[in-house]
Amino acid sequence: MKRLHRSILAAVVLVGSAWALAQGALSWGIRGAVPVPETHPAPEWPRVEESATRRARDYPMQPPTIPHKIDNYQVDLNAHKCMSCHSRRRVEESGAPMVSVTHYMDRDGNFLAEVSPRRYFCTQCHVVQHLARPPVDNDFKDVGALITEAADRP
Amino acid sequence: MKLTRREFIKGSAAAAAAAAAGLPWRGEAANVVTDSAYTHLKWSKAPCRFCGTGCGIHVAVKDDRVVATHGDIKAEVNRGLACVKGYFLAKILYGKDRLMRPLLRMKNGRYDKNGEFTPVSWDTAFDVMAEQFKRVLREKGPEAVGFFGSGQWTVWEGYAAVKLMKAGFRSNNIEPNARHCMASAVAGFMRTFGADEPMGCYDDFEHADAFVLWGANMAEMHPILWTRLTDRRLSHPQVRVAVLSTFENRCFDLADLPLVFKPHSDLAILNYIARYIIRSGRVNRDFVERHVNFRKGVTDIGYGLRPEHPLQRKAKNAGDPGASEPIDFDAFARFVDAYDAKRVSALSGLSRKQLDALAELYADPQVKVMSLWTMGVNQHTRGVWVNNMIYNLHLLTGKIATPGNSPFSLTGQPSACGTAREVGTFAHRLPADLVVANPEHRALAEKIWKLPPDTIPAKPGFHAVEQNRRLHDGLINAYWIQVNNNLQAAANLNEETYPGYRNPENFIVVSDVYPTVTAQAADLILPSAMWVEKEGAYGNAERRTQFWHQLVPPPGEARSDLWQIVEFSKRFRTEEVWPRALLDAHPQYRGKTLYEVLFRNGQVDRYPLADCDPAYRNDEAQAFGFYIQKGLFEEYARFGRGHGHDLAPFDVYHQVRGLRWPVVNGRETRWRYREGEDPYVPAGSGWRFYGKPDGRAVIFALPYEPPAEAPDEDYPFWLTTGRVLEHWHSGSMTMRVPELYRAVPQALVYMHPDDAERLQLRRGSEVRVISRRGEVRGRVETRGRNRPPPGVVFIPWFDARLLVNKLTLDATDPISKQTDYKKCAVKIVPA
Repeated sequence: MKRLHRSILAAVVLVGSAWALAQGALSWGIRGAVPVPETHPAPEWPRVEESATRRARDYPMQPPTIPHKIDNYQVDLNAHKCMSCHSRRRVEESGAPMVSVTHYMDRDGNFLAEVSPRRYFCTQCHVVQHLARPPVDNDFKDVGALITEAADRP
Repeated sequence: MKLTRREFIKGSAAAAAAAAAGLPWRGEAANVVTDSAYTHLKWSKAPCRFCGTGCGIHVAVKDDRVVATHGDIKAEVNRGLACVKGYFLAKILYGKDRLMRPLLRMKNGRYDKNGEFTPVSWDTAFDVMAEQFKRVLREKGPEAVGFFGSGQWTVWEGYAAVKLMKAGFRSNNIEPNARHCMASAVAGFMRTFGADEPMGCYDDFEHADAFVLWGANMAEMHPILWTRLTDRRLSHPQVRVAVLSTFENRCFDLADLPLVFKPHSDLAILNYIARYIIRSGRVNRDFVERHVNFRKGVTDIGYGLRPEHPLQRKAKNAGDPGASEPIDFDAFARFVDAYDAKRVSALSGLSRKQLDALAELYADPQVKVMSLWTMGVNQHTRGVWVNNMIYNLHLLTGKIATPGNSPFSLTGQPSACGTAREVGTFAHRLPADLVVANPEHRALAEKIWKLPPDTIPAKPGFHAVEQNRRLHDGLINAYWIQVNNNLQAAANLNEETYPGYRNPENFIVVSDVYPTVTAQAADLILPSAMWVEKEGAYGNAERRTQFWHQLVPPPGEARSDLWQIVEFSKRFRTEEVWPRALLDAHPQYRGKTLYEVLFRNGQVDRYPLADCDPAYRNDEAQAFGFYIQKGLFEEYARFGRGHGHDLAPFDVYHQVRGLRWPVVNGRETRWRYREGEDPYVPAGSGWRFYGKPDGRAVIFALPYEPPAEAPDEDYPFWLTTGRVLEHWHSGSMTMRVPELYRAVPQALVYMHPDDAERLQLRRGSEVRVISRRGEVRGRVETRGRNRPPPGVVFIPWFDARLLVNKLTLDATDPISKQTDYKKCAVKIVPA
């Protein structure tokens, strides 16, 4: 029932935006209905989403997002807070996932005794997720869905 | 994959039932597909769509859709790594509001500047657009039309645009947004070396003993180069990293020498280091005597504002800001001697101990040093000077063009080098460092393009900021914007850009993939194909040219910028755009379309469709009936071959992971100007800076001069703008990737906690940030990744809701005409 409501709502929005398009009043992407010369109010302060369950990835190579806060984590010349849970030798104790084996490889593909310095700064790839709804949806299709579609084709 | 619960149960039940009956379900095990007919992915290479690093990306395609992206293990630049944006590249094509049809502002079935956006056919779109461009050309001439592109154009798109404007419309009013980004770097290179782009390459990262970051926040803006720098620093503990910035950023996590200096004082710091090198007797005399000239630049050059601005009126040398006169070493030494520790400490806020520690990295002959900089230096009203002054240090010590000794100008866009600079899509330029003001250069271009003499106008066109001012003043009236979001990007949005775009006298065309704020301010929107929806070529910051194939079709009626430019050229006949005298003297061009003259010239159309790789589609080649990308590239490459800008044959680039030019006899060049590495340096010379006629680079005596606007009682804060790792430029792509959006959902106002407390603000408070030109609203962050000192606030520019360029001042470097986005004065009040 809830789903039905949602699809009706989606249909209304769709018709609405088609109408808006015909009127030229496109819902302009990120800014929405606020014209450029006007001052857009600041969105709500974003809170970090903390989830106990694993998040699915769109494809196997995608770096997993961080399911917890990392405020004031020290990762610098002196300390590496992330590795105090995610390193190979700490995961048994912490229950956190171990960093991927690729993280032990140097630039030439050799495995090192410890995590490669080229992977030192985790946040270059791994990011937290805030409880914020993107103003524009994304139609990326998971390869699994494409396979199902292909298999369903006569 | 988002399966609904019903789909999930249905699928599981069907599989279970099939398995129970002993039947294979779609040729797979109960819950794992193994049939290669389904699981095979087509992987291809492409350079990343985002920054100037130029990482190689491996792109997976299934059923005409991009389904995965990751760092290409075979790419030299990144060897399998990608930053978070690179990993999510697969999703930038699929934002729900992709533009699919041309949209024209109409009222009562006709074009109307105040009409509503209405879907129209490409034919109608081009009809209206051609009518407007022809009207303006007829009434006001070539100076009243303009084209604004970017360092995200592919090489052949930029090249086709230059031909259409400079030869077709006979207008030099073509600019890239690289003017906002790399113009100071370019002018710095031309002044010091007489040739654009770095002499070194990324291999320097694995050889340097010290890294000095001049304002560049590489940890966020060049993340993969930062991994190479981090790898070097942490694997080799003797390596040192100095980070200079006007606020603490993520690079400070790796800094051995963290240096927060006062805005604009880099000029003084650089002169202090030159003084230190000289006073400590560590000038490389032999190098300086053989390879360097000394010059003194004119001073008091103004701030690139409108001529009636009081600061411009006051400036003595605003008329010829790039002028200089020869001096000798002693005069240079005397000049920098005025920058003693006391004076420079007062200007910069750095202690003598800090200054000496920094200077010693350059002075110590045993330390191989790599300097790195981008927007902090280039977006600066004295940006060209700062570029020159960084080279001063490397030239005084001879630490240049050898592995690890490298003044390295980083680039912001994927093809700011390859397209904007090498193709020369600037108002004053032609391909391969040639310029329109030089009659020999014009003659060469006309010869290569098979055009009559005097087709290309000699007078440089208007630079980007001047174009905005002319749109505002109604002097440029037909304007085409491609591959960039200039309303969000250009400084002083309220007073210059927006009124210019909405000026009733002007017709504004915007080609884009998403409805950006620039598109919103346009009169005609053309839907574009992006990245792997077309065949392309980019050139990165280390002179590496990289190709990719078209991997998927564009959505709806979206077409590549190349198709748009070339197709539009069919609408013009030479009689409509060239003066009668030119056609009378060369009647064989009469009656032809610009398409025929520019693109069916026996060169661009030389390669048949059969030359295209049958494994990939190529919509543009199919549309025009010949391999247009190859034809354009090979014609373009004639400009540089044999002149120090040699490119390899077209087909080679589809096989390799890029090559660094000059590519001579199949071999790329890692260090230019250095004997043994660069084929253009004669044996026995050691180094030769062959961009200059006498082979010598120039050390410039240049002073500290104050910024255009500084905080005062009314506007007590410095505002500096920039980027964050998760969003690229104006966010038009990355804000549509859910994971990147949720990572950084809005632009924040980064400020010092003491400043916040004094204003009775807390982390998360909404504030109004106000300058003399406009106002925005955002939320305060006092504990985030950027930690400004008291008196400084930082706001990134990716967020279309917080248009930070409503605040910035359109003051530019008078030599490069690049805007200073890093310094203006604001006040902050609770919202």
